Amino acid sequence: MDNYLELEVPALSINESFLRTVVAAFLLELNPTLDEVDDVKTAVSEAVTNAIVHGYENDVSGKIKLRCNKNKGEFVVEVTDFGIGIPNVEKAMEPLYTTKASEERTGMGFSFMEAFMDEISVKSTVGKGTSVVMKKRINGYRE
Amino acid sequence: MRFVLPEEIDHHSAKEIVKILDRAIELDGIRSLELDFKKTNFMDSSGIGMVIGRCRKMEYFCGDVNLINCSPRIYRIMKASGLHRLVHIEEKKEEMRQNG
Repeated sequence: MDNYLELEVPALSINESFLRTVVAAFLLELNPTLDEVDDVKTAVSEAVTNAIVHGYENDVSGKIKLRCNKNKGEFVVEVTDFGIGIPNVEKAMEPLYTTKASEERTGMGFSFMEAFMDEISVKSTVGKGTSVVMKKRINGYRE
Repeated sequence: MRFVLPEEIDHHSAKEIVKILDRAIELDGIRSLELDFKKTNFMDSSGIGMVIGRCRKMEYFCGDVNLINCSPRIYRIMKASGLHRLVHIEEKKEEMRQNG
């Protein structure tokens, strides 16, 4: 069967580096290039940071769920929070749009996820939370 | 002042960097800031926000900011964000030689 990974961590900012490192380790089985690993790490870091800063507004009692799986040479990662949700996903994904400019958020998070992954979809319900699913084809993959 | 940044710059580490640099700028009156990326191998948009924030602050105090020793990966992240239009960026010397 295809391998997968599921884990849940508190919304502590220290877990930004932990989660991207875990994802990078999981990805190794697909024989990625260094660039592909870096791309995925950056995208995961953006999604986790969004969950912490926006989903939970830095309330560390929140939980972040990470799920990875791979389907042949395609890598899929899902980052889920159970925070405040996004009222207008389309608007939130506009380049440079941010609700927290005062905290030096650039509004580049979703743009980076789009730039470094092949596919991204965002589902969000206000008051329930947000889930970001990202996919990337790993070119060096051999069965 | 030259400040050597950590290996990884994300939202978590940026908070600490901002504290140190803002103290140097606001209290110690630093007016020339060199951000040294020689050790940095990871940076996301939180790092970009940290750099833009310091550039704005230095502009306010009529100081200047330079980014030095950026690896190809870090340089790529900076270019993707348009940072090169705001501040002088110098790539790592070794890589520059390799690229001719």
